[in-house]
Amino acid sequence: MGQIINFLIKYKNTLLFLFLFGLSIFFTIQSHSYHKSKFISSANFLTGGIYNWVNNIDEYFNLEVYNDRLVEENRWLRARIMQLNSKQRDTTFTDTNSYKNPYRFRAARVIKNQYAKRDNYILLNKGSNDSIQTDFGVITSKGVVGIVEETSKNYSRVISILNTNLSVSVQLKKSQHFGSLIWNGKDPNIVQLTEVPRLAPVKKGDTIITNGRSLIFPKGIPVGVIQDFELDQNKSYYTINVQLFNDMTNIGYVYVIENKGMAELKKLEQANE
Amino acid sequence: MNSLLISNSVRFILLVLVQVLILNNINFLGFINPYFYVLFILLLPLNMSQYKVLFLSFLIGLCIDFFEDSGGINAAASVFIAFLRPSILKFSFGISYEHQTIRYYQTPVTQRFTYISILVLIHHFILFSLEIFNYSYIILILKKTLFSSIFTILLIVLITTLFQKRR
Repeated sequence: MGQIINFLIKYKNTLLFLFLFGLSIFFTIQSHSYHKSKFISSANFLTGGIYNWVNNIDEYFNLEVYNDRLVEENRWLRARIMQLNSKQRDTTFTDTNSYKNPYRFRAARVIKNQYAKRDNYILLNKGSNDSIQTDFGVITSKGVVGIVEETSKNYSRVISILNTNLSVSVQLKKSQHFGSLIWNGKDPNIVQLTEVPRLAPVKKGDTIITNGRSLIFPKGIPVGVIQDFELDQNKSYYTINVQLFNDMTNIGYVYVIENKGMAELKKLEQANE
Repeated sequence: MNSLLISNSVRFILLVLVQVLILNNINFLGFINPYFYVLFILLLPLNMSQYKVLFLSFLIGLCIDFFEDSGGINAAASVFIAFLRPSILKFSFGISYEHQTIRYYQTPVTQRFTYISILVLIHHFILFSLEIFNYSYIILILKKTLFSSIFTILLIVLITTLFQKRR
């Protein structure tokens, strides 16, 4: 017994080091798996509060850009309304049942944005108090941003599409061929689309949209355009570089999408298994 | 002792804020950021007991991790250099460290530079290894370590020279 205590006293620094180092490695490993890094997160009141405070100042410098984006979006929406209005009413049959919208949008502001690391996270200024929950999609008027991973009362942490742990199911706009969108950690404007079969008609400049299979994003949210592509070594799948529509280095305001049918659909999927 | 506590606490808070609010957003050439908060560990009193050094280093690393959403990579790297600090001190300052007679700002410039460089390099290497977490990217890890270290070392040398107490 005495020997053990002597040993502990003699090596207390080494033991403390091993303990603390082990603890940090444990946190690191947790952070590399999606949905597990609950403890170390900037979505708490202290870090979130500080980021929010600084962002209040920072926001003024970007007002012009955000304004331009809003005007552009309004223009697009107006054009859409005119298009719909111009259809002859009496020949179009409208089913009032279809007015029920399964998606609900909430606006939020980005208070911290990362894009230079390999695993990037974004912090939003709204959380569970505003009914934002895990697995809600996050988009801007231009395209996909990420998925809510964790929420606190007033803040939520979003796993950015610029994160090597995330993959989003997307498809070509022209055909129904789908693949998964991942990031190789290099250029914050370019993400990679993999697993698109060889038969798909892939062309430079084609648009990529979300395909709604993941239940998180509705179908048809724009992602980006094809910049270049190559056939994989085994010659059956394309690897495509996609230029994002979003400028991920300056996001500003985002919309958080809630899929109201998610719980029901998940239940159904589980029942199938 | 009390003034030491205050100055170290102020330095702790100041370095964390400067790191997360300013330096993490530099992204020079797309990926080069200095990790200036290492200065806190370098400047802890040289005769401080080792378990305190380990604990404080862990704390500052963890603080940065909370802000950066980076798991525990900063904590791990900080604890690691805190553990190595006594041996590096012995290596760079030699016999005068053994007699506990040196103060940081009275050491010769070259010895101080060695001390800073070795610790910063080790810190950054651990940091980026854990961040990337994949040894097939070893070239990227080394590249990031090298460039970020140069940036950090320059900044530390510059700032410590500026804030050196005149006597």
